[in-house]
Amino acid sequence: MSQVLVTADGVPLKTSLARAQRRSKLKAVALVAPLFVFIAVAFFVPIIDMLFRSVENQLVGEVLHRSMPLLQKWDERSGELPEEEVFAALALDFREAKENKSGGRVGRRLNYEKPGFSGLFRKSARGADRMEAPYREAFIALDEKWGDIENWRVIKRESAPYTISYYLAALDMGYADDGGIARNSEDGRIYLKLFWRTLWMSLFITFLCLILAYPISYLLSVLPTAKSNLLIILVLLPFWTSLLVRTTAWIALLQQEGVINDLVVWFGLVDDDNRLAMIHNRTGTIIAMVHILLPFMVLPLYSVMKTIPPSYMRAAKSLGATPFTAFVRVYMPNTVAGIGAGAILVFILAIGYYITPALVGGQSGTLISNFIAFHMQNSLNWGLAAALGAILLGVVLVLYFLYDKIVGIDNMKLG
Amino acid sequence: MSLPVYATLPEKIWHYTYLSICALIFFFLIAPVVVVIPLSFNAVPFFTFTEEMLTFDPAGYSLKWYRDFFTNLNWQGAVKNSLVIAVFATLISTTLGTVAALGLSRSEMPHKSVIMGILISPMIVPLIISAAGMYFFYSKIGLSSTHLGVILAHAALGTPFVVITVTATLVGFDHSLVRAAATLGASPQRTFFRVIVPLILPGVISGALFAFITSFDEVVVVLFVGSYEQRTIPWQMFSGIREQISPTILAVATLLVAVSILLLTSVELLRRRSERLRGITPH
Repeated sequence: MSQVLVTADGVPLKTSLARAQRRSKLKAVALVAPLFVFIAVAFFVPIIDMLFRSVENQLVGEVLHRSMPLLQKWDERSGELPEEEVFAALALDFREAKENKSGGRVGRRLNYEKPGFSGLFRKSARGADRMEAPYREAFIALDEKWGDIENWRVIKRESAPYTISYYLAALDMGYADDGGIARNSEDGRIYLKLFWRTLWMSLFITFLCLILAYPISYLLSVLPTAKSNLLIILVLLPFWTSLLVRTTAWIALLQQEGVINDLVVWFGLVDDDNRLAMIHNRTGTIIAMVHILLPFMVLPLYSVMKTIPPSYMRAAKSLGATPFTAFVRVYMPNTVAGIGAGAILVFILAIGYYITPALVGGQSGTLISNFIAFHMQNSLNWGLAAALGAILLGVVLVLYFLYDKIVGIDNMKLG
Repeated sequence: MSLPVYATLPEKIWHYTYLSICALIFFFLIAPVVVVIPLSFNAVPFFTFTEEMLTFDPAGYSLKWYRDFFTNLNWQGAVKNSLVIAVFATLISTTLGTVAALGLSRSEMPHKSVIMGILISPMIVPLIISAAGMYFFYSKIGLSSTHLGVILAHAALGTPFVVITVTATLVGFDHSLVRAAATLGASPQRTFFRVIVPLILPGVISGALFAFITSFDEVVVVLFVGSYEQRTIPWQMFSGIREQISPTILAVATLLVAVSILLLTSVELLRRRSERLRGITPH
């Protein structure tokens, strides 16, 4: 009774179907593959490379390649300086470092851990040529810092190929004298404060965007198409206008001799000498960023609100609800998906913003991104920049995951 | 939205209050974009309205910032770089993005949402992180401070937009059209170019416009991956604002507003055409 169905050329139907399905699956994968490879190479590899940089620590071990293996045998809790052979190897290392000019880099690297190493290493690279045995005494004679066990502890710790010290620095922590991990002293805590400020400002900006976007999205969704199409241009035009144009415009509007200050003075609200300081501070950053991010809140809200049938509100009112109750209890719960989508999108964009805070933020309006850029370009502490970036990336990825759960990445709409 | 004839006085008051609040928010959105236009014709190098401008005295207005823009080599080089980089980046991201979207919208595609999430991530990862990563990696492989490096970086940043718009177009795609073409004897290639491409073209073009504006407007990655030789218009504006503020920046801003109006109109027309083609009537 069990008869196997076969195709015209005698292959069982099941096998034939499986083969066809496999072929079309392969075809789909082949179409996606080129972009996947491109994104992997041009985007993911650089980011992974940067994340690696936040723990990578080969430099000290590489440059001081003779002395560091010997130093590993030294017991930092013994209370004594390393053996003579370590100092002898170190002298050789410094002679080599002077030739290929790598001593300065190691000094700078160790300077991040404990100030003073930069100068010590420059001095030692210069002085190592003239040194003679016994090297321990020669080094201490050159600079007494070589006789400080604390310095040797730092060198031994950072001679390991990987380090968590950049992450500790990014979280305002460091190694205490006994080698344990401790928080920095009160005035040495910068980054946690900065992370909080970034989070707090992004939340505030998201909140302001929501407050401003809700009424106009509602208006756009209830107006007849002809009118709402006209009004939505007022949202889309800023959306399509260059970020730098909008930032420039806010500089023109907000600065001391700018349009708003001129207006306020002209109306006599403040006198000419006390013009409002609205730029190069937190206020400037918040105003400009709310303006720049507002369309990202309006568009998802509007697309959700357009799908809510007006009969819901009428039904609520006919059942005796006041307009206010109907709005809060019936309409608003229906817009939660739009609020979630817009809020997470704006928050993700705000938390990593760089250009606008850099131009209008001044001192009090800078965000974590500006510090990452500072360590990349000015202080050249790339490991710390990478660690700060990794923490920021972690926060954004969690939010991205939430966005996917709430909205679904497939449902992301543009324009 | 209009008031019914039986509206009570408080309802009327609330209605007009609400409308004025909306008007203020729209004003907040559009005013900064509009205000740069008259300021760019300022005769004096200030970022504010002078008395002559307010009394519409012709002496208060001047085209000299535009003249500066069109003759200054810094700006002309920036325009050329911006266009070259944006065009090539758009070509790469549109080609790769469209092909990938065709694969992603096939029902046989495995792990669709994970792959979609990965392909869209360049849009989500903060620019400063992408820029930092590219800065290190591209200099390792000799691509930093080259046009190619900036083009590849911008292409990566632009692809998510193409993938999103083209997959959105393909959602309403009627697959029986492909089968119909096949039964009528068309080869797969012929079906692709004569049936699929014309139908998804509006989505492809608006994706390409998004990719173009992403590259044209991008500055963080250019600041890190590029150098003066790769300066683009936003790069030049950024360093201009940081160093010496000259109203030439406002003239450039005005020209860029014109560009964005052009792009906005094209995307809007394309969106309507796409809806018409797919038989979705706008409501």
